[in-house]
Amino acid sequence: MLLDLIVKVAAVLAAFLVLPLVVGQTEHKLMAHMQGRLGPMHAGGFHGWAQLIADGVKFAQKEDLVPDAADKPVFKLAPAVALLPYLLVLLFIPLGPGDLVGSALDMGLFVVVALVGVGVLAVLMAGWSSANKYTLVGALRGAAQLMAYELPLVLAAASVAVAAGTLSLPTIVEAWNPWWLLWQAPAALVFFTAGLAEIRRPPFDAPVADSELVFGYLTEYAGLRFALLLLAEYVGIVVVAALTTVLFLGGWRGPGPESLGWLWTLLKTGALAAVVIWLRVAWPRLRVDQIQALCWKALVPIALAQLVLTTAVALAL
Amino acid sequence: MDTSRLGDTMLSEYAVFGVLLLAGFAFVAAAMAANAVLRPSAPSEAKGSTYECGVDPVGGDWAQVHIRFYVYAFLFVLFAVEAVFLFPWAAVFRAFGTAAAVEMGLFVGVLALGLAYAWRKGVLRWR
Repeated sequence: MLLDLIVKVAAVLAAFLVLPLVVGQTEHKLMAHMQGRLGPMHAGGFHGWAQLIADGVKFAQKEDLVPDAADKPVFKLAPAVALLPYLLVLLFIPLGPGDLVGSALDMGLFVVVALVGVGVLAVLMAGWSSANKYTLVGALRGAAQLMAYELPLVLAAASVAVAAGTLSLPTIVEAWNPWWLLWQAPAALVFFTAGLAEIRRPPFDAPVADSELVFGYLTEYAGLRFALLLLAEYVGIVVVAALTTVLFLGGWRGPGPESLGWLWTLLKTGALAAVVIWLRVAWPRLRVDQIQALCWKALVPIALAQLVLTTAVALAL
Repeated sequence: MDTSRLGDTMLSEYAVFGVLLLAGFAFVAAAMAANAVLRPSAPSEAKGSTYECGVDPVGGDWAQVHIRFYVYAFLFVLFAVEAVFLFPWAAVFRAFGTAAAVEMGLFVGVLALGLAYAWRKGVLRWR
């Protein structure tokens, strides 16, 4: 049992350290080619594959700057608070059938949604403790955005829980049926959009908004702490893509033998991560009021309607 | 499954959660420790000052924020309470059938009405 525990923790840590780098490197290259550039070409030789590793080595050697006016303990703790919830979410994501999951806890979905909600705390901690006008405005924008989008996210997740009749993520994948792609399509769209807003990716990056707020709530961060906050963003992409895969796209289900199910999970997650990258290239940033309007006037009503529809169909079946 | 075995599996599910949390803190601590060994330290007054586009900071670190943020926070609290009730209900509602569905329908309906009221009153307009 102890060995089992060590293997699981090691595997989740490995995924946590490798997948965000793969997504980050893909973003470098994909975004560059979408914009008619080459992107990194030197680090590591072959098409700049080692760029992010080189970045990591550079960040590790940078001076640790903390503003004199900052609330220092809070300022220093914020990167860890931003990063660790996403690490813990990865524990609950089933890679394949059977034992290929870190924790098959019965209330997995509930825990996952709760962990994603911790993000708002990290944003407020980082922005407020920096003692800077720009970071404070960025943090308040972020808090308003994250709290608002938590609702459609949670309601869409609840719709899947009603459809599957369980909160356990592996059991949800087992209960999944291809016709859910139609039945749960509005919830899937709402969940993915709200997930994007939760990780503050473009077009929902008003809390960072480099052209108005310097770099939003991250303005005062430098060196390794900044790198950890950036890592949190990329783990966030992996988490949102993987959760959408598991809840709405059938996780490991797909043609071929079940022993290759993990490949389907990774493929679907990768495809969704590519969509996240593409949205950054293709969409302009939404204004703060547009972000709130989209949430309260579109996503929340759609999610509520989907919940009623899901319940009615689940009862009829 | 007898109850003692159920207890064991439950415990191991939480144990792996706890160990991973500790491992996460260890990762951050190790990264910062490596940073402490490798980094230079040359503090100066300029580096410690608040960043405002390269010029000396103007005024304090307080910014006024519009009341609209407060209203959205209120709306959020109303709906968050509903969300907490939804999850346990979703796991068991099949056992109770139509009655449970109708009750949750009423609950969701009242909330939807509340949102419609807020919308009609112009609370959702960004002024």
